[in-house]
Amino acid sequence: MGLRTGIEVSLALAEAVGLSRADVIAAYPITPQTHIVEHLAEMVAEGRLDAEYVAVESEHSAISACLGSAAAGARTFTATASQGLAFMHEILFIASSMRLPLVMAVANRTLSSPINILADHSDIMPERDIGWVQLFAENGQEAHDLTLQAFKLAEDSQVLLPVLISLDGFFLSHMIEPVTLISQEEADAFLSPCTLKPRLDPAEPRTLGALGGPEVYTEVKQQQNEALCGAVPVLEKIWNEFSGQFGRSYRSLETYRLDNAEIALITMGAVSETARSSVDQLRERGIRAGLVRIRLWRPFPVRELLSSLDPIPCIAVLDRMLSPGSVNGPVALEVKSAFYQHSRQPRINCFVAGLGGRELSRRTFIEMVNRSLAGESHDTPSIHLDVRHA
Amino acid sequence: MKADKHLEFEKITAKALPEFEALSPGHRACPGCGEMLALRQALKGLGPNTIVVNATGCIEVVSTPFPQTAWNIPWMHVAFENASAVGSGVEAARRALLRKGRLTDADTTIVVVGGDGGTSDIGFQSLSGALERGHNFIYLCFDNEAYMNTGVQRSSATPEFAWTTTCPLGSASSGKTHKKKDLPRIMAAHDIPYVATATPAHPLDLMNKVRKGAAVKGPAFIHIFSPCPTGWRMPAERSIEIAKVAVKSNIYPLYEVIHGEYVVKRNSKNPLPVSEYFKLQGRFKHLTAQDVRTIQDRVDATMDRLLSYARLSDDTKGRP
Repeated sequence: MGLRTGIEVSLALAEAVGLSRADVIAAYPITPQTHIVEHLAEMVAEGRLDAEYVAVESEHSAISACLGSAAAGARTFTATASQGLAFMHEILFIASSMRLPLVMAVANRTLSSPINILADHSDIMPERDIGWVQLFAENGQEAHDLTLQAFKLAEDSQVLLPVLISLDGFFLSHMIEPVTLISQEEADAFLSPCTLKPRLDPAEPRTLGALGGPEVYTEVKQQQNEALCGAVPVLEKIWNEFSGQFGRSYRSLETYRLDNAEIALITMGAVSETARSSVDQLRERGIRAGLVRIRLWRPFPVRELLSSLDPIPCIAVLDRMLSPGSVNGPVALEVKSAFYQHSRQPRINCFVAGLGGRELSRRTFIEMVNRSLAGESHDTPSIHLDVRHA
Repeated sequence: MKADKHLEFEKITAKALPEFEALSPGHRACPGCGEMLALRQALKGLGPNTIVVNATGCIEVVSTPFPQTAWNIPWMHVAFENASAVGSGVEAARRALLRKGRLTDADTTIVVVGGDGGTSDIGFQSLSGALERGHNFIYLCFDNEAYMNTGVQRSSATPEFAWTTTCPLGSASSGKTHKKKDLPRIMAAHDIPYVATATPAHPLDLMNKVRKGAAVKGPAFIHIFSPCPTGWRMPAERSIEIAKVAVKSNIYPLYEVIHGEYVVKRNSKNPLPVSEYFKLQGRFKHLTAQDVRTIQDRVDATMDRLLSYARLSDDTKGRP
């Protein structure tokens, strides 16, 4: 049986990388991710993890080394945040296009400028289209569990794609939480040893990353999209298996008190726990609020979202990124898009808040609900909460 | 096995040239392409048990238009600036898998290939990082002294005064205004076990240098002077000749740095004047007599410096 213990979430995630018996870790420090790679360095130094620890000179090289490692047939991990993720941007697309399985943790932090090391989703949202499976953890247990699951998904012969786990910087990465740590025996029973076939093999030479002109490029992209969408049933199977072995169940999204709801909040990440307690408070006051928390961001779970929100007439989406010049934030755009061809058209408001580490409290969610129920039109642009004017 | 300085390797001779060809004929390089000649020679030196990681550039583009490939050995391209980092990952992964018993062949050579732009400009950081970390691979820089793949733009390896499309000639410009970055010297400063310069006009020398690079434990860097008829504005059949003149005029000295010791190929007492090198190429046709004198002085000083390093290496050799 696993041990339930108080542990910093970054460390719980790193422990899961160790339990996965990763072969190669490419590491570069950046706040608030650094504790993950520091802890992995300790595990390697102590001989607890038999891995090559490549302390690269940049995030760009971290992800690049991961592609080489995965192509050579190794179980591969890296972690980053913010500017580091933006620096990786170019290579992230290539990882998925080349169908190279690897796992990356992103301790979400905002982007400069002004330079700011605290949490929001400004780093991850511009990476929506990189073609990776993208998951958002809400708490330490999830960060721990999703990491183990991510390797199984990435390396599945039907998937062979990179998988990314987002955890909110500081608000989640640096929290000490009770986590039931999986034992090595349990991890080995769940996740088989890495059996990736080296694609770079002198006995069987292949050309990887060739030039592809207009006669093939479209088909490559189509196949990549099919592979990404095809990862969902594999992920569901992995979640069933995980639930059977560990008793903790996972779905593409989590719902809370949606029965008879007159309004649903939509959130992602660690702040969902605050949103949940706001729902309780609202329910006590007689306002029938509920919550949908998106765990699987890519591929976006349209069907599950539409069915879980049926027949709720009013939806308030939290976006932790300001998308300049856009109609709404990225999450609200996705939700509105999902409803566009649906027979039912709920009122959907986009609330932009919690930027650069600004606190999100129950007050925030209660304001979102009150303003939505007061009839602010879904035609309006995003509502920017908590902006202090000089 | 022949001992050469501190290196043991199986020497290639004219009578015992490897038959192995890593590159199939029919790739799309320009006629007279110096880097494809040099690449062929380098890979002959290494044989089939080789993995290549290639930076973006001419070699990548001309050799892999899907569904065709010229490569008979495993080959991987990711992007422009990161070939050394990708190579680091391949090398680290193989080290882990060998240790864990999931790979058995420990003799595979990993080669990272880049042009001068991919090496001395955009890929400089990832190369420096990989050398500092000591990854066991050979880096081959095919230096044709400009971004030829995109149509002859200057790089930091473009020589002073040379014409390119981004340092064109005009009333306010007489070509590149900055000196060529001395890449092999910077690589040697990383204190890696092996650094060498080579050209496709000296094929046995090139192949054996690549073999030495494979024989050392840790990174090796081989800088290969790669004439480009297209970008240098000269006839295709002049590639080999120009490389020979470059060496004979000391424009491109051939040397090695083996575990820190310099071994310099000495030319005759009377090297060719650098003007012999310039007159063969359209990219230098605007040079004034003063420009040529400036470069002659610089070339002489560089050769003196290299020879003094070599003398120093000889003097210190054998000291306790």
